[in-house]
Amino acid sequence: MAIVFEKPKALTDAVLHYCPGCPHGIIHRLVAEAIDTLGIEGKTIGVAPVGCAVMAYDYFACDMIEAAHGRAPATATGIKRCRPDNIVFTYQGDGDLASIGMAETVHAAARNENITVIFVNNAIYGMTGGQMAPTSLPGQVTQTSPYGRDVDHCGWPIRVCELLATLEGPEYVARVAVNNVKNVKSAGKAILKAFQNQVDKKGFSLIEVVSACPTNWGMTPQQALKWVESDMLPYYPLGVYKDRSAAKEAESK
Amino acid sequence: MAKVTFQTDLCKGCGLCVEACPKHILVIAQGKINKKGYSPAEMTDQEACIGCAFCATMCPDCVITVEK
Repeated sequence: MAIVFEKPKALTDAVLHYCPGCPHGIIHRLVAEAIDTLGIEGKTIGVAPVGCAVMAYDYFACDMIEAAHGRAPATATGIKRCRPDNIVFTYQGDGDLASIGMAETVHAAARNENITVIFVNNAIYGMTGGQMAPTSLPGQVTQTSPYGRDVDHCGWPIRVCELLATLEGPEYVARVAVNNVKNVKSAGKAILKAFQNQVDKKGFSLIEVVSACPTNWGMTPQQALKWVESDMLPYYPLGVYKDRSAAKEAESK
Repeated sequence: MAKVTFQTDLCKGCGLCVEACPKHILVIAQGKINKKGYSPAEMTDQEACIGCAFCATMCPDCVITVEK
């Protein structure tokens, strides 16, 4: 009998602290699978965020560093410029990347830093107890928007992929989801490509993973994944928003 | 025949594997409690398993190993 599926080697044996049904575990696994596939565990350096995924440094078997809130792309820039032969990735949530860390994100993308950014968008602040995030949907009920997000008062949710795709800088920007088996498989492929781009020295790759937060959405894990499909994906459509190498290739044909 | 093994003590009983299984042979074992205090997922009919690994693909906690 051959093994069809097992835990990737780039994950440690530490037990994940995430709530039951939290897709962070799936996304951690996809990142670890990409590291395993490319055989780069020994030279990969990950940057953990502030947020639920703060303890990612315990879960990935590669070297990890913890950045100040939102500053992971800046920290990753420093590491990559000092150690260009290492593979550097950041793993950030929406509160970290799209709110306090928006400046670092946009400028790292504009500079086309050769790093990989994994952006987990679950439309809420998870670790702090379910406050409204920059990506919370219009009308979404959170701890700080108990009557639903009022866009006249709080503004509109930010679509990070669309925003970054307007820049000349980034190499690869794509949005994927982990709400069903098919989407998890495509998410794995996109994350692998984001790491491959860095190995090939192509530049900045950002993968936005539309995720869920069953606990703070007040849903069961199953209901949460259905809500991703019915409410989040219409506002955050999946797809590749920028792929410079592919565009160049198409042009030259 | 495929073989699916659960590291039962890592399971948080979220049920995403139960939902993903195309053969509907996974259940949350309501009568059991694991080390973490959750009722874990378990296989009801090993013979019927086709080894698609959909359960393991959706499992957030790497509980499941699939052999075929």
